[in-house]
Amino acid sequence: MITWFMWAQFGIAAVAGLLAIVLGLAGKRPNDLTMGLTALVGVLLVVQLVIALLSPAFGNTATGSVLEFYTYLVSALLIPPFAITYGLIDRSRWSTVVLGVACLAVVVMVYRMHQIWFVQVA
Amino acid sequence: MTTQTSSRATGIGRVLIAVYAVLALAATGRSFVQIVSEYADAPLAYTLSALAAVVYIVATIALIGKGDTWYRVAWITITFELVGVLVVGVLSLVDPELFPAKTVWSFFGRGYAFVPLVLPVLGMLWLRHTRSAVTGPRD
Repeated sequence: MITWFMWAQFGIAAVAGLLAIVLGLAGKRPNDLTMGLTALVGVLLVVQLVIALLSPAFGNTATGSVLEFYTYLVSALLIPPFAITYGLIDRSRWSTVVLGVACLAVVVMVYRMHQIWFVQVA
Repeated sequence: MTTQTSSRATGIGRVLIAVYAVLALAATGRSFVQIVSEYADAPLAYTLSALAAVVYIVATIALIGKGDTWYRVAWITITFELVGVLVVGVLSLVDPELFPAKTVWSFFGRGYAFVPLVLPVLGMLWLRHTRSAVTGPRD
């Protein structure tokens, strides 16, 4: 795991999440911006997966449970595709809020992944 | 709108269901890790954790589901969650040894930003709000 990439991912997902919730509550239907940002959050998670898989080969290993790390990562990877699919089916403003909830869930999970990789020594 | 969705999966209820789905995913993931890697440490807490995860999944499905039966299932599962988070929350304060901090309901769901404590209440309010639609003619 790479610290700056994780924080970039954390920041983008947080902005995407808050923006979608605000726009959704303001009555906006899912649009290119909110759907695109959620898709970006998903793509960054795939990049994170590649980084996590390659890191140990460069001596960058997790300090915490690898099983727990990948459980978070795989769970997080599921979220954006579901949210985007839902955004395509349900064209109401609440669907935009759901995109926001999905992105914020990813924020929390990325943060936990960071803790497991760098902080935990258990 | 005249779509054939559940009377519960409408409006802001869809956001509630989405949050339920995320919590179900989180509880399932954590429970999976706990049972695979450290089950012997706290069998009671981790079994309860797994049970909680299953109940969150059923509650999510019940909220999406149509008709009286799912309505009843939603009430049962959401009540179970509220009782669970309250009982385990109190017990984890009184006797921390019994429930290590890492279960979904420990300390009233503190590890999950108290979402497990707030969500059942919102779920019950939503079920009450949509009751009139349920007792009407079946779709």
